[in-house]
Amino acid sequence: MQFRLVKKPEITQRQYTVIILTAIALALLTSGLFILLLGLNPIQVYLAMLNGAFGSTYRLEQTIIVAIPLVIISLGIAVAFKMKFWNIGAEGQVIMGAFFASYLALNYQDAPKPLLLLGMLAAGFLGGGLWGLIPAFFKARWGTNETIVTLMMNYIALKWITYLQYGPWKDPNSMGFPKIPNFTANAILPNFLGVHLGWVIALILVVIMYFFMNHSKKGFEIAVLGESLNTARYAGVNIFRTILFSMFISGGICGLAGMIQASAVGNTLSVEVAGGVGYTAIITAWLGALKAPWIVLVSVLFAALVQGSSYIQSAFGISAASASLIQAMILFFVLGSDFFTKYKVVFGSEFLTRGKEARE
Amino acid sequence: MKNGSAYVSMRDITKIFGTVLATDGMNLDVEKGEIHALLGENGAGKSTLMNMLSGIYIPDSGHIFIDNQERKFSSPRDAINAGVGMIHQHFKLVDILTALENILLGQRKGFLLQKKEQEIEIRKIMEKFHLEVDLKKYVYEMSVGEKQNLEILKTLYRGARVLILDEPTAVLTPQETVVLFRIMRRMKEQGCAVIFISHKMNEVMEIADRVTVLRKGQTIDTLKKEETNPQELTELMVGRPIDLSIKRLARVTDERVLKVSNLRALNEEGIEVLKGIKFDLCAGEILGVAGIAGSGQKELCEALAGLYPIKEGEILFKGEDLAGKNPKEFISRGISMSFIPEDRLGMGLVASMDMVDNILLKQYHHTKGIFVQRKPAATKAKEIIKKLDVQTPGIDHPIKNLSGGNIQKVLLGRELDSQPELLITAYPVRGLDINTCLKIYDILNEEKKKGVAILYIAEDLDSLLGLCDRIMVISNGEITGIVDARKATKEQLGAMMLGKKEDDYAV
Repeated sequence: MQFRLVKKPEITQRQYTVIILTAIALALLTSGLFILLLGLNPIQVYLAMLNGAFGSTYRLEQTIIVAIPLVIISLGIAVAFKMKFWNIGAEGQVIMGAFFASYLALNYQDAPKPLLLLGMLAAGFLGGGLWGLIPAFFKARWGTNETIVTLMMNYIALKWITYLQYGPWKDPNSMGFPKIPNFTANAILPNFLGVHLGWVIALILVVIMYFFMNHSKKGFEIAVLGESLNTARYAGVNIFRTILFSMFISGGICGLAGMIQASAVGNTLSVEVAGGVGYTAIITAWLGALKAPWIVLVSVLFAALVQGSSYIQSAFGISAASASLIQAMILFFVLGSDFFTKYKVVFGSEFLTRGKEARE
Repeated sequence: MKNGSAYVSMRDITKIFGTVLATDGMNLDVEKGEIHALLGENGAGKSTLMNMLSGIYIPDSGHIFIDNQERKFSSPRDAINAGVGMIHQHFKLVDILTALENILLGQRKGFLLQKKEQEIEIRKIMEKFHLEVDLKKYVYEMSVGEKQNLEILKTLYRGARVLILDEPTAVLTPQETVVLFRIMRRMKEQGCAVIFISHKMNEVMEIADRVTVLRKGQTIDTLKKEETNPQELTELMVGRPIDLSIKRLARVTDERVLKVSNLRALNEEGIEVLKGIKFDLCAGEILGVAGIAGSGQKELCEALAGLYPIKEGEILFKGEDLAGKNPKEFISRGISMSFIPEDRLGMGLVASMDMVDNILLKQYHHTKGIFVQRKPAATKAKEIIKKLDVQTPGIDHPIKNLSGGNIQKVLLGRELDSQPELLITAYPVRGLDINTCLKIYDILNEEKKKGVAILYIAEDLDSLLGLCDRIMVISNGEITGIVDARKATKEQLGAMMLGKKEDDYAV
């Protein structure tokens, strides 16, 4: 069978929704076949996934805890991506944010709790922001490839924490186990309505970033710069400053997530503080079309997918690999559907008449 | 379905984009050994029709016959196999390959490259069509004219007997155009069918045998060149009687607003691209800038808008030296530049944004606070649509979906809206049809009347001679003279463009 790819003109919001929903349906269908092969009932497994993600207050809370860093980091990434600055370094910015915040947590244990926490938030933002500034400066000054630089800086950040954890910051009371001392209660984000305060911070950020990207002058300049460097120059945008500024914001927001993860989830700094969420957030930022409200939705669904597939492992005795496979299948279809929002496939030579029929 | 007996015959071709009827039952017959011009305004359907003949678009309905055989092309490859090749405005060449490698790209016969044999074959074609291409030269070293010749050679080598040239002269110097026309005549002698898309009436009258006029997606008429004249063709094209003359208004004052002296600038490679430019410009004057493409026009424009780093020199604007200041300061003093690059969207507009945001681009600096205000920009957008008759579905429609002429109107409308005192406009009518051109000349004249100083960079000598007060000629980064547009001749300008200095300095 002969087929060709044809570029689609702009598609409407409605067509977009149809494509995404079709992708999800196909994903469920394909994973369903796989689940059947495992000898289980797909419908039961899917219901169990929902149940595992949202089925009880506790599970819902866990899902939200997974979603919080995704939302925050995606918001950060979106700032850079809007400028077409491909910041793959969220992971490192999260880590450096956590590192800066941990410095305060470990050294000023006796400070009043609100003051210490606010200080840690500021430090987290600063740490991530500074880490983001480095590749921004290289790009703005010498035109280096930001994808490579941000990516490699992730490993530097990671190794730096490994060094601290095994070296200078190693807990002397841990009987030789390489771990950084736990934060004192002063440095741990309190819970609010069952989940740590991170969710409130995330929601506040969503609102701030929505207005920043859509209605502020800086946000407008970032968008213009992303679309056309020449036009931005022409409009009087200071290119150098704008690149640095937006990467400081982008990295800073990621750094905030680092602080939250270290304080509320890990209760200390460790090499696992980011745990790959800086990469996952690239997917959620992209699927959320770099728009704040969509990012929330996508992140929560993604977190539900993660939690749901971990639940079915214990509920049905499915192996971790199989659960990952189901998760991967769903991602594959949803991400792959992006292709069909831009191209359509036409078969054989029938398309000559098809257009005509469609009109009549 | 009856097909004509012509070599190429397109019958009842209809193509719909979304809700727009791009071509509505168009017909076209082209004979062997003829140069057939397609004439029409922007959006008349010329490019769409040709894209269907060359396999890029697929018609929704209709029939295409080549040599009395019905063909259905689903890709440019199908078309070239049937002997139809198109030379696009934007060349499809690989910069870092040589001419020969570009021709052979994707043309492997059998498993191995047979460069030798193929080169001999290519040289035969070059001889046959009197085409001169240096096969060893890299594309990035080529001038626009050379690239075009290479593109033509490539198409001929692939076996094209029907050649479609989409506005081939838009990017050429007058000298290169002469060469192109010689090649086109040669193709015609060799029995090729040549389809020539152009906006330029004088070129059509010079080279074409027959002319087909298109308007709003329909074929209006096909005429023999001998039996028609530019006036009639224009009226068919526009659909109503039209006055083709460009009006020149008398200068209003002698007040000098801009004085540039000894302006020098280097490009990225450290080569001097502006070599001591010196001129002045009065309020209410249109100073034309003529020159072969790439003589320093772009750099001059950008330098005058604060976008190009200056090595030395003075830009005195109303007595204040602006050299070395940043673009924002130029904007704040009422200097406005609208540079229309070849792709129209490269500088000045953001393609994916709507009209409102594009207008905001020039306004957001002036408002207070950290937020942008879109309401005033939206009002402005509506005003511009009304004033300049912009064809658009709405102000929140991405401007990349508008036609070239309308994009230009948006750009010009925005620049004029900021009420500049100095307007730098480069190629404002590039690629536009006559009707829109005249509209834009009118707009410029209106600004002149208001006392705006206008620097008008253009490639079309007719418009320069008709519209401007004085014409400054730039050649290789140097001013070769400033002449009175009322007295200058095309020959004189042509010689100056090639570097002949003119001592008679018009004020």
